[in-house]
Amino acid sequence: MKTDTIKTIAKKHDPKRPLAKNCLMSFIFGGSLCALGQMISLFYLYFFDFSEETVGDPTVATLIILTMFLTGWGVYDKIAQVAGAGTMVPVTGFGNAVISSAIEHRNEGFVLGVGSNMFKLAGSVIVSGVFSSFVIAIIKTLLA
Amino acid sequence: MVISVFVAFVVGGLICTIGQLIIDVFKQTPAFMLSLFVVIGSVLDGIGLYEPFIDFAGAGATVPITSFGNGLVHGALKEAEQSGLIGVVIGMFQLTSAGITSAIVFGVIGALLFKPRS
Repeated sequence: MKTDTIKTIAKKHDPKRPLAKNCLMSFIFGGSLCALGQMISLFYLYFFDFSEETVGDPTVATLIILTMFLTGWGVYDKIAQVAGAGTMVPVTGFGNAVISSAIEHRNEGFVLGVGSNMFKLAGSVIVSGVFSSFVIAIIKTLLA
Repeated sequence: MVISVFVAFVVGGLICTIGQLIIDVFKQTPAFMLSLFVVIGSVLDGIGLYEPFIDFAGAGATVPITSFGNGLVHGALKEAEQSGLIGVVIGMFQLTSAGITSAIVFGVIGALLFKPRS
């Protein structure tokens, strides 16, 4: 018997990923979420006193409220199984990561359960984002 | 107006498709893909390309997670213009606080309203 490394064994049992279907699904669902975001922005631009620059904030907040209900009712997970990255990349995916860990750990109490587990999944995004942004902003400020 | 919704759909969809390709083809975890996207967003804003991208795609550029990196750099640079190097630390979360604050607030409200599913 040949000496199989763990990688080759794992490769053999790796489920075949339907690449074309996954990509199409994430395109449709991710695109729809962004289109929904654009409609919400247009709504705020039209009916409230927001400018093109500030309209992102209420749009993001509205999308996250929607995510809270979809996550709580268990709908978001079902969509995410089909849509893959289409539900992770939009800001709703960030909201879902935070809210689902908050709901999941509520039985452990609100301080040690909800409070300390909330950013378990979303923390990596914030850490990498803040660190890279810090480096870039420092370089740009020093060069300017 | 209708065109801007369509552009947001196509651009946002393409960004999500790239994310799916990173997961499926390069066999990375979703967390790695999202972190990479945030870093890409901050680099793009660092070289000044993200603003014109938002002007073009609207929510197609602001809804994907790449705009989080863009917002971090943007807030930091804006504050750095006024208060110098320390402004990078002060202004970092100035523009992205909407996303983070609402995620925290509605996370707590969600935990109050809903029970975990087994």
